[in-house]
Amino acid sequence: MATGQVLVTVGTTKFDLFISTVCSAEVSRILKRRGYKKLLLQIGNGNIPEVECIEGMDVEYFRFKDSIIQDIQDSSLVLSHAGAGSCLEVLGAKKPLVVVVNEMLMNNHQIELAKQLFTKEHAYYCTCSELKETLVHMNVNSLKPFPSGKTENFANFLNEIFGFNDTFGIS
Amino acid sequence: MFLFVFACFLFGFIFLRAFLLVRKDVTYNEHKEKKYQHVKTLIVIGSGGHTAEMLRLVRSLNPKLYSPRTYILAKGDFTSESKIHVVEEALKCDNESNYNLERIPRSRNVGQSYFSSIFTTLYSILYCIPVMLIQRPNLILTNGPGTCIPICLIAFVMKIFYLCEGTTVFVESVCRVTSLSLSGKILLYFADVVIVQWPELQKKYKKTKYIGRLV
Repeated sequence: MATGQVLVTVGTTKFDLFISTVCSAEVSRILKRRGYKKLLLQIGNGNIPEVECIEGMDVEYFRFKDSIIQDIQDSSLVLSHAGAGSCLEVLGAKKPLVVVVNEMLMNNHQIELAKQLFTKEHAYYCTCSELKETLVHMNVNSLKPFPSGKTENFANFLNEIFGFNDTFGIS
Repeated sequence: MFLFVFACFLFGFIFLRAFLLVRKDVTYNEHKEKKYQHVKTLIVIGSGGHTAEMLRLVRSLNPKLYSPRTYILAKGDFTSESKIHVVEEALKCDNESNYNLERIPRSRNVGQSYFSSIFTTLYSILYCIPVMLIQRPNLILTNGPGTCIPICLIAFVMKIFYLCEGTTVFVESVCRVTSLSLSGKILLYFADVVIVQWPELQKKYKKTKYIGRLV
């Protein structure tokens, strides 16, 4: 627990139920009990949150940044929407991750990745209504590191098709 | 009578060629013998997460071998456009870069009615035909969403008539673990290779290829 900061990110759209759930006093109390000190919210196009303040838990928010990688690295825990980009960025930075699935999205295929990450013990996942329970029971130390993707396999595959004998690779 | 026989012959030929292409008996293995110096590459840029995944794959390629590169993207997608320039800056070798952008009209704008989107889709397809005829790529890289279908279909038809010998590669998004996207399902027939990123998905769709998680 380096900084005690919890980053909450909704990606490029909005997810107001997620943000308002996180802003409740109850969630703040749970996080405080677990030793976290600060909530940093990336709210996208959503409504400005009504924060129920409790003592010992700072809350800040912003809409968008070109890159939130610095914020991810500065955090001890990340609560993220289920977008693949956000989830993989957090796992790549080796930070504990809780994926919060948006049930309001129809035909939600994003849940596939969240479930898979949970099954393979790389992250926790839940809906907004299950968030409190997940935060109470989770054990972030038991999560397994997520190996990074192998783009070089793709390059090798194409090189083979075109008969290139190439070991070049920048990544 | 002559015309009739000719028409039958032509249709038979088209049908057979399409059948063989779908079966993937032709193409794809022919490439090795050709001894390419470099591969003319067409990269179809989707939007949002699709763009990010595609550009990660593009970054892994040798920019000298996969050159020149043409990026197809929707008109007005400035976010993707600036991301392409960032990647190309990183791919520069000897201070030279060999790429260009081709902006095509959107098939459907957000909030547009389904009826009018029929016409905009047709317009978008018609717009793509000359682009493809001029480009004649050796390699087409796509990863969805649905906007990549017109390009792949045009490439398929061009292949029937030997107007293009490009290999079409579709890479399914990493977020697909148990089901293929609609684009993926369609392109099982029209693309040469459909790559998936989870072994579970490959088991379900035997025609796909799994070479590890890529992004």
